[in-house]
Amino acid sequence: MIQALADGILTGAIIALGAIGVTFTLEIMRFANFAHSELLTWGAYIALVIVTFAGPGTPTGPLSFGWQLLAAALIAAVLTGLAAWAVDTLVFRRLRRRGALPLTMVFAAFGAALVMRHLIVLVFGHESRYYTRELQIAVELLPGVRVLPDQIFILGLALAAMIALHAFLAWSRTGIAMRAMAESPALAQVCGIEVDAVVRLTWIISGALAAFAGVFTGLTPQLHPEIGFNLLLSLFAAAILGGTGSLAGAVTGGFLVGLAENLSLLVISPGYKGAMPFLLLLAILILRPQGLFGARS
Amino acid sequence: MLAYLVFFACVVLILGVLALGLNLQWGFTGLFNAGVVGFYAIGAYTHAILTAAPQPQYVGNFGLPWLVGVLAAMAATALASWLIGLVTIRLRGDYLAIATFGVAVSIQLVALNWEPLTGGAQGLTRIGKPLAPLFETPFAFNLWFLGLMIALMATIYWALDRVLLSPWGRVLKAIREDETAAVALGKSARRFRLEAFVLGSTLMGLAGALYVSFIGFVSPFDFLPIVTFQVWAMLIVGGSGNNRGALLGALVVWAIWAGSGVAVSKLVPPSHAAQGAAIQVILIGLLLVLVLLFRPRGLIGEAAVVSRHVND
Repeated sequence: MIQALADGILTGAIIALGAIGVTFTLEIMRFANFAHSELLTWGAYIALVIVTFAGPGTPTGPLSFGWQLLAAALIAAVLTGLAAWAVDTLVFRRLRRRGALPLTMVFAAFGAALVMRHLIVLVFGHESRYYTRELQIAVELLPGVRVLPDQIFILGLALAAMIALHAFLAWSRTGIAMRAMAESPALAQVCGIEVDAVVRLTWIISGALAAFAGVFTGLTPQLHPEIGFNLLLSLFAAAILGGTGSLAGAVTGGFLVGLAENLSLLVISPGYKGAMPFLLLLAILILRPQGLFGARS
Repeated sequence: MLAYLVFFACVVLILGVLALGLNLQWGFTGLFNAGVVGFYAIGAYTHAILTAAPQPQYVGNFGLPWLVGVLAAMAATALASWLIGLVTIRLRGDYLAIATFGVAVSIQLVALNWEPLTGGAQGLTRIGKPLAPLFETPFAFNLWFLGLMIALMATIYWALDRVLLSPWGRVLKAIREDETAAVALGKSARRFRLEAFVLGSTLMGLAGALYVSFIGFVSPFDFLPIVTFQVWAMLIVGGSGNNRGALLGALVVWAIWAGSGVAVSKLVPPSHAAQGAAIQVILIGLLLVLVLLFRPRGLIGEAAVVSRHVND
């Protein structure tokens, strides 16, 4: 029970990082980006390439990796952010300029997701990969609750990223511009906000956070081309549960979805774990479609 | 070669039924069903469980006649889609897509995990084929099946044409174009949407039953999300809102899929089969995106409808 809670918080942190990007595209770009989960995969594999060349570093303290992996994650975050922006330039921006319906964007996102995911398969194949082969000993946090030191580190890092993003959105001029865009693109434009710059920044931040989520998923414990895709429903469940457009909502949603998925394993067989985020999503859409923090429109 | 062409034509016609079902939902009603493969799977498994030759380890496998299996498959898919539609049809477009996508994932999980009924990862074999004992060679059976499919497709195409020209079909388009106006005229948008959703899904269930009774076995790995995207590609490439477009799209996309499969198997060594398969999927994804970007109407888009009173 408590073990499931601990696992849930750890998965929740990863889902929350991914859900922030989903909620941004839903609110600022105004479409459901089904390709977002592939950004997680891309981030994870970009970091893998860097680690393969540079090595994961000597384990620091109780962790299974050194600073090199963290550096790789940072570089991967930047590159994935740029990749997200590139996909927007190649596909979504052209559709937006043409005044395409939001649902057309969703189709394009499905298509882009297929291409992105299978490019990874093309290069890396289906087999599982690891950042590091170091073995780690779980520490007993509470009686009966075992956690890997890597996981605690990841949780801390994820929380730090969320707090930094919150500060950015709350106090920086660019952050305020992003929130204004989410409220009303037309009004934002009238106020002299450069829409293209905000859109670019939104993709870069979404992609960077997705890359972190991807690297963290790959660390616990392995990478495969479906790591992002398998989280797709969880990401959307979290974003919608939180009420789209709010950072706090996406984060809370992420933790709740992570907890619900892990707690449900106490009652259902693991074979059906993949259906849990869907059932949650359905319950949210029926009971509270505006999300926990959303206002009823 | 001829044998392969007959096989190919049968598969294209079965996928054509799927594409017609989706066209009714998306092309004419504007419902974003991202779980096509789920309804396809319900039809396939219902047929398989009812008609497969009995085996002691399975609770299903009733060995019933082919026609019973097909009709039951349609009924089961209709019932399932009605229940799913009751819950999800009122969701806005992109949420409906997420929800139906989740439905398909869950259905595939059930197929994979409920072993006594579905055979789990092994799947079920010896599924009821129409009049199979009359044909001695597989080729003769495939030829007969092709004839059956052509007759069925003609019937479905004709029936859909009638339905879409009827007042009911015109209301669907009216709701898609301007929901407020349609509701103001006293049409219940929700009811018409649900009916179109159920009817379209029933066609998908029929396609599932036809597919397994053509192939003769069923496996959960035939019902992965990629099928949904293939059918979507068919509809977008051919031109949604046009049934001829949906059928043309089924032909074009399946030709690209099968053709690239042959090319890949010739050019890529077996040790890299996963990469070869990835190339096939990348082609489908690219096709979808490129058509959306450069030819949003598809090959033959929806015909413009102009009132006959326009020149009065």
